Formats: sequence, C-alpha cells, structure tokens
Amino acid sequence: MTTSNIGDDDRLRRVIRVDRRPKRPSAPAVTLTFTHRALLKIKHVPEQLMDVTLTPVIFTLMFVYLFGGAIAGDPQTYVQFLLPGILVQSVLLITVYTGFTINTDITKGVFDRFRSLPIWRPAPIVGALLGDSVRYTVASIITIGLGLLLGFRPEGGVLGVVLAIVLLLIFAFSLSWIFTILGLLMRTPNAVMGVSMLILMPLTFASNIFVDPETMPSGLQTWAQSINPVSYLVTGVRELMYGTATFGDIAWVLIVSASLTAVLAPITMRLYRTRT
Amino acid sequence: MAPETAVRAELAVEATGLVKHFKDVRAVDGVDLRVPAGSVYGVLGPNGAGKTTVVRMLATLLRPDAGTARVLGYDIVADADDVRFNVGLTGQFASVDEDLTGSENIRLLARMYGFTGGEARERASGLLEAFELREAADKPVKSYSGGMRRRIDLAASLVMSPKVLFLDEPTTGLDPRSRNQVWDIVRLLVSEGATVLLTTQYLEEADQLADRIAVIDQGKVIAEGTAPQLKTSVGAGSVHLRLADAGQREAAAGVIDRIVGDEITRPTDPYTLTARIPQGMEDRAARLLSQMNEAGISVPEFSLGQPSLDEVFLALTGTMAGGDGARPDEQQTEGVADDDVEHR
Repeated sequence: MTTSNIGDDDRLRRVIRVDRRPKRPSAPAVTLTFTHRALLKIKHVPEQLMDVTLTPVIFTLMFVYLFGGAIAGDPQTYVQFLLPGILVQSVLLITVYTGFTINTDITKGVFDRFRSLPIWRPAPIVGALLGDSVRYTVASIITIGLGLLLGFRPEGGVLGVVLAIVLLLIFAFSLSWIFTILGLLMRTPNAVMGVSMLILMPLTFASNIFVDPETMPSGLQTWAQSINPVSYLVTGVRELMYGTATFGDIAWVLIVSASLTAVLAPITMRLYRTRT
Repeated sequence: MAPETAVRAELAVEATGLVKHFKDVRAVDGVDLRVPAGSVYGVLGPNGAGKTTVVRMLATLLRPDAGTARVLGYDIVADADDVRFNVGLTGQFASVDEDLTGSENIRLLARMYGFTGGEARERASGLLEAFELREAADKPVKSYSGGMRRRIDLAASLVMSPKVLFLDEPTTGLDPRSRNQVWDIVRLLVSEGATVLLTTQYLEEADQLADRIAVIDQGKVIAEGTAPQLKTSVGAGSVHLRLADAGQREAAAGVIDRIVGDEITRPTDPYTLTARIPQGMEDRAARLLSQMNEAGISVPEFSLGQPSLDEVFLALTGTMAGGDGARPDEQQTEGVADDDVEHR
C-alpha cells in the first residue's frame, strides 16, 4: 500500500534516463500550445463561459427593451441601430479576463514556470490572447443570434457579419494589450478586474454604441465621435453589417488596432521580461 | 554523451558576487556559490534570507543587479535560453496549472520543449507512472494532496531530463512520508548524474541530503562547507548526561564547570544535563566521567555528540533557524542542546 519507495524505483530511473533533446519548437508552434492551454482551461472551468454567454444576452435584452422605445421610438428600430454596438461592448467587456487570467497565472506561480522555459518569449501572452478570441467568437455568435431573434436584419449579409466579427476580433486582440500590462503590473487578479472596468466603462459607454453622439454635450461629443477608438470600431462594424462599409472607415480601425499593438505589446513584453 | 563527461568534473553552477535589490532592500548582497557537478548542494537559511532570490536569478527568472553566474558553463544573462534548456525548476514560484489535470500539465510542457504530440503523451505517462500519479493523471491538480502536488511539480521539472535541478524549499509543508519521498527522488536523480541545488530552512534536510551547504543570512553567505566541516567550525560538540539521582545535578554541574568551564544547559528533565565542549578540549570528556565517579555521582548515561546544524546556525547568526517549520516550540522551551539529542 505504501508508496514511499519511489526513490529506489526503476520506473523513475528509466524515465529520467530518456535524454532525448527535441528541436526547439518554432514560435507559432509554441504559441499554439499556449492557445491549447487556454482552451483546456475553458474545458475545465466552463464557468468562465458563463459571463461570455450571459452578459451579451442580458445587455442586449436590457438595452433593447428598456431604452429602445425611449431612444428610437420602438425596440425593433433600436435593435437595428444597437446590435452592432452591443456586440462590440459585449466582446470588449470580456477582454478584461485577459489581464485577470495573466495575473492569476502570476500569483499562482504558473507564469514563472513558463518564463523558465526555452521558448519564444511572447508565446505565453500571445497564445493566451489567441485563446481568448475563442471566447470573443462565442460571445459574438450569441449576440448576433439573439439580435436576429429580436428582429435585427443585417443588410451586409453573412459575409458582412463575418467580416464585422473579424474586425472586432482584431481590435479586441489589440486592446487586450492594455489588460496584459495591467495583469503584469497589479498585485491581485481582483485589482486587475477593478481597474480594467474603470478603463472600459468610458470606452464603451461614452461612445456611439448606444446613442448618436450628436445629442451629447460638446466635450463628450468630441470624445465619443472623434477620439474614442471604440467609436471608430463601432462605425466599422455597423457599416460592414449594414453593407455600407467604406475603405477609409475600415482602414481607420485597422490603423488604430495596429497602433495599439505597436505601442502596448512592447511595453507588455518588457514588463514580462523584467518582472520580479 | 560526450559533453556530459566533460561537464562532470566541472562546476555545475558558479556564481560570483550576485546582487539583487528590491527597492532599497538588498535581498541578495554579494553571493558566491560553487556547486560541483553531480552533487547535492544545500542553500540553508531562514525565511527572507534571500535563498529564493538566488535561485530565481540562477534560473534566469530574475536578472542580477550585479555579479555573474554560469550554469553548466552558460551565462545566466547572455545565454539565458541555453540555461533554460538544461535546467529544471521546482518551487513555490514555479508551479503547474491547478485547473488542468496532471497529464495535461506534463503534456503541455513537453510540447513547449518541442516534443511531438505522441512523444509528449509518452513522456507524461512515463513521468506520472514513475511518480505514482497514474491514477490521478486525469484529475485536476487542485484536487491533489500536498505530497502529490509536490510530486507533480517535480515531474514537471523533469520533462527534459535536466542536468541541473533547482528545488526551492522542496519539502516545506510536507508530512514526513512525503518528505522522505522527495529526498529519495533527489538522491536518485543525483545517482543518475544530475546536479541538485536545493534551498531549505530545515537544518535536518541540509544535513541529510546535501554534500555541501551554504548558510545564507540577510543576503550573504555566512558559512560554506560540508555538514561536518560546518559543525566542527563552531566547536567540538557537547556532552549529554543522565544522572541516577536528580538531586546530584548541581554537584555534577559543578564538576563540569571545573573541567571544561563552558556553557551548561539544564533541560526540563531534572535527571539530565548538557554542556558544550569548547574546541580543543575533546580529550577532557573522559576526565569528566572519572571525576564524576570520584565525586560519587552516578552517571548511567553519558554521550558525546557533534553539534547539530541548529547550533551551527545559532553560532553563526545569533538567531534560531527555521521561522515557521523547524519545530520552534521544542527549540525555544527545551534549549538548543536538547534538540541535538532529538536529531541524532
């Protein structure tokens, strides 16, 4: 019954004598291994999909029926305006989990194990971000499905909707770097959540998601119309779904995304390397 | 194959003047270490001495503020990836993912090292089997007991059959049986040619396991050597007496005082007496016994022992070792020398 003879065990001797040194994996291969890890975590902790599935449903229903009549005259008209925006909000709210997850890995010591491996350095973070895009996709499908039930009719067709989701995923990936930075800087996962929400609230609510910024006071209007990157994204997503996309508007979103990544990813990697 | 023999005779770890500050605290303040390949090296010190920081630097997780270190000849800063490729790491700070199963954890790590899917599976089943975790292989690690948890952590650090293994407090918080398992594993790894550097706050662990020991306190190495060397450096040891009559204890103390004239401890048991023997006075121990006889004091039990590492630590630092784990109650209430008897 006792197992205290592990040390004299031939099995252990055999297994540590295997001295095969595989070739170091390529950057994409090792990144995908981390994505695989993120997916395994979803499998083992399905609760984390609850937020992903419930938040969009609650937000969509709430805004359509609570404010639809007041804002647009009736819920059917409003859902046509709101759905692309609420899709953006649903997905962006989920990006906070990126920082939360990274910080949890750090506090539990898992990150140090990864940092002690001879692998492409950004792989753990990029892999996690790619894994998160699975959650974003789930949230997107649920939001759009619900929207269709409520009467949303995208003129852009299936292609328009798919392209809109892709655009949203690109932006979400780029925005997530803010949260990886917070995840690396803050002390506890809950602190990361708190601060991330503080950042996301003005980004999503003070935008063109819920209402046309024309009705806002001038300072807020300037922010919501011309500064807030989320508004550019919402415009792009709307246009793709409505089938009225212009090259310029989509290009803006891509430029904003590329700039976010270009500035924030190196900061993240610096923090990752020098973390104590 | 060939490179391994070349490495054998050399130092597996060589650190010179390592320094690390955290804000204005010098956590590590000029540490030198020379770890011969194929040995167990113990870094011994109380909580907060800087042990973990030293290991984190050697494992390339922290960049030293000053000083250099080589692991298997690779510089820990310039050749960090080569170090990572050859080193295994286990500790409070390098852990496996609790949400995943034991098998998934090992497989993912094997993939990260570049094993193919099939090889990774094989590696995982081999390691889990060897560490007697096969039945728990498909259970999430968070459901593991403390001992199982430590074994999966060890298994995770052996995915690559590392030449050098860093173990940070590998037995802290384990029950005696699990602790013995970890010790057995360490001995086996070394018998297979690996070098193990372990940190511990347990003096007994360093004594049992390590070929050489560095005692570290407040970020500095305050003593280094084999366990016997460290012990002789603080004095020859101590005598322990058990008297037939408790009433004769003071008379016996008087005899000891006359002959060796050093610190005498009176344990709570009124029949016993303990005294330190200063270095160079070992030959007087026999005279002690004959003098007792002459004075009519009956001594049914008499023993002469080397000092324990507890005493070494006390002598070196002026404080007791082992903040949370090293049986502080016994040490404080019954005195240092009594603890020595317990250990032997």
